[in-house]
Amino acid sequence: MKKKIYKMEQVIVISGTRKGLGKQLAEFFLNEGAVVCGCSRGRASIAHDQYRHFELDVADEKAVMSMTRAIKKEFGKIDVLLNNAGIAAMNHLMTTPYENARTVFNTNFFGTFLFTREVSKLMMRQKSGRIVNYTTVATPLDLSGESVYAASKAAIESFTRISAKELSDFGIRVNAIGPTPVETDLIRNIPKKKLDELLAQQAIGRFGTFEDVLNVIQFFIDDRSEFITGQIIYLGGVMK
Amino acid sequence: MSGNEITKLVIDAVKEIGSDQENDDLMNATEKTKLFGNNLDSMGVVFLVTILEESISDELGVDIALADERAMSQKTSPFRSVQKLSKYIQMLVDEEKDL
Repeated sequence: MKKKIYKMEQVIVISGTRKGLGKQLAEFFLNEGAVVCGCSRGRASIAHDQYRHFELDVADEKAVMSMTRAIKKEFGKIDVLLNNAGIAAMNHLMTTPYENARTVFNTNFFGTFLFTREVSKLMMRQKSGRIVNYTTVATPLDLSGESVYAASKAAIESFTRISAKELSDFGIRVNAIGPTPVETDLIRNIPKKKLDELLAQQAIGRFGTFEDVLNVIQFFIDDRSEFITGQIIYLGGVMK
Repeated sequence: MSGNEITKLVIDAVKEIGSDQENDDLMNATEKTKLFGNNLDSMGVVFLVTILEESISDELGVDIALADERAMSQKTSPFRSVQKLSKYIQMLVDEEKDL
């Protein structure tokens, strides 16, 4: 009976829901009545009847496949995918350990790739779906000290545009949001001076908020945005 | 599961695509039916991968990625015929069961 009711709801997959924006987004959509399926390396930090948590590394192919198939079995569909999981890294390229660079790419790019590939297989059969990827203003601003992080997000930008083309015939739209720094754990290790320099490069020089991010995501996933795909929106008036 | 079961899953998937694409050869698929390079283009392979991964998961309880490195790099792609694809899937399923 429960399953039948859930099938009437939007099913939203959000990677990286243990904390930060991912957790806030999950809680927001749960309050809106959606079913939210989230994941993180650790245990769930959300308790809700319509929340499902999967403990996994987003770069683990088998785990991502199993997660999407479990969602398909329980709910029969996925309406929205938010490729939210990400890690920030700030380091001069000459002092960046190779392993660290690989980890950043694994989570940011390969995680986005795997979730997009697997979720698209289901969306393709239902002939509809919305995917939102995450980039950063560090990419268009070419910020010093963020070469690996910005490069991993540049890869996501290319991937967003090309996957939008490849998936449009199946009714799947793919867009990306490029937030400015939002005061979450992701930026807690970045020196204040660096953050101030970054804010000075934005047309609107302040930190982003959860509401700013949510606004763009809601715009992208809204049915009225059916003519919008392959686009990247940066917050704060940052331009490429 | 037997090779016959896997071949049946492949044929069912090929027939489904044949019906979508109104392709008589695919709609009347047998073990000998040629696929990629003859009756299927690269987009057809995308559909086939998607349908088969799902049916293998549902029917056999095994999660496999059909588009793995070997499938994409083999000179003679397993997607060239129903027979080759069935054998390739059998190998992947056996490997998964051995893990």
